[in-house]
Amino acid sequence: MAGFGTRSGSPYSRGGSPGFRFTLYALVSIVIMVLDQRMDLLERARYVLQALTYPVEVAVNSPVAGWHWLQRSFAARASLEAENRSLRTRMRTLEVRTLRFDALARQNAALLGLRHAVPPIAERWLPADIVDIELGRLRQRVLIDRGTRNGVFRNQAVLDDYGVVGQTMHVGPWSADVLLITDPEHDLPVQIARTGFRTIAVGTGDPNALALPYLPANADVKVGDELVTSGLGGVFPAGYPVGRITQIHRGSIQPMNQVIARPFAHLQTDRAVMLLWFRPGSPGAPAQKHPPQLPTGTAGAHPLAPPPPAPPLCTPAAAGSPVAGAAASAPPSGAPAAKPTVRPLKPVASPPRTP
Amino acid sequence: MSTSPGGAIFKSVLVALLLTLVPLPSWLAVARPDLLVLVVFYWAIQTPRSAGIGLGWVCGLLLDAFQGPVLGEHALAVALVAYLGVREHQRIRTKPLMQQSLVVLAVLTLYQFVLWAIDGWSGHPLTTPLRWVPAFTGALVWAPLAGALARTYRPRT
Repeated sequence: MAGFGTRSGSPYSRGGSPGFRFTLYALVSIVIMVLDQRMDLLERARYVLQALTYPVEVAVNSPVAGWHWLQRSFAARASLEAENRSLRTRMRTLEVRTLRFDALARQNAALLGLRHAVPPIAERWLPADIVDIELGRLRQRVLIDRGTRNGVFRNQAVLDDYGVVGQTMHVGPWSADVLLITDPEHDLPVQIARTGFRTIAVGTGDPNALALPYLPANADVKVGDELVTSGLGGVFPAGYPVGRITQIHRGSIQPMNQVIARPFAHLQTDRAVMLLWFRPGSPGAPAQKHPPQLPTGTAGAHPLAPPPPAPPLCTPAAAGSPVAGAAASAPPSGAPAAKPTVRPLKPVASPPRTP
Repeated sequence: MSTSPGGAIFKSVLVALLLTLVPLPSWLAVARPDLLVLVVFYWAIQTPRSAGIGLGWVCGLLLDAFQGPVLGEHALAVALVAYLGVREHQRIRTKPLMQQSLVVLAVLTLYQFVLWAIDGWSGHPLTTPLRWVPAFTGALVWAPLAGALARTYRPRT
């Protein structure tokens, strides 16, 4: 404990008076906070911290994990059989449902006038276990046991068997923090499945409630309406189930409804989640309109800058790339020629503005 | 019982950190006292020469590494708690435990206030009133905690 100890006589021998030392430490803290707010500067340090804290977190979690393991290994034969039976029933139901999937995909492609069925949005899944640990009181975050070693990236979509769970935040080599959709900081672009009305679902801090604060009082909403992801925002593909509206408070003088939805995902009882990689060119993939928000995603390689035309489902990946390539090559040749004609009086001031 | 409290400080900080990380049911986690802050405050009062603002800052940084939305947030707040403890250690140390609990309540409220302000400034606001609960539970556990820590090391006075 050499760092904290001092053996000399005066109470305040090391580094001056307590007030001076506190000021020093406070300044260092503030500098660190400012650096951390500018994400990229401390990104490396965050990565290392995530790696360093992971062994401790696993150690703290080990009694709980051990208890679950014990419970599993001493589970009664009857309960195992019952679970097995229910799982088999569920698998059979799902298989019967997917029997028609290929036919439906072909039919959908034919209806849309495409020659081939578009491949599904999701390219790859990876199951991840939740490490049960306290990641901040009143904040809705969980830690999962997958990191960059498994190809996990920042702002990756996380789902469970029932719906959207959240997105990854700080990613370390073996672990990642997941921001749940019910965290007060999380905003999820959603769509009401019945009407197609787009809005934002905001976390409330309560694991069983999402708020929809931006619905005007005359919006067509009913209790029981299903919410799906809208595909905007650049993180979640379109069409994944999010939750169901449970309460609507209509105030006569308020311009907005107070609408609460309950997430489908079992955020409190989940022990495992799924990480999702989506196909970048797929029509249902998240719209990449804000490249700065998604620096590590596949957005940079795919310059689909112009918004898709009116029926967005009719722009398959193959047709999109030459258009995007032409659009990307056009502005550099067009801009310098166009600029002097538009503003001939300010030849010096315009170049800094063009990029 | 050694003359240097270093070992006792290290062990108590480690135990407090682990207890901070142990998962609890959500209704109980809301009331979980900030044990690490209390431990830092205790050592700042009892052994202001050995454990002070530096210890508080390091413990705060540990909290940040595990739980903080912003690095440096808890470091600043716990360093402030340690500073108050070191500065007023002679006045606080001589009070009976019940009065100490009131001081602890004030200090923990200030600690939460600093966190609340930094959360707001850095864009991670938590506006629910539940965030002030740990200040009260912290004041409640102060007396048993101080009693337990007093058994690990007693300074020669």
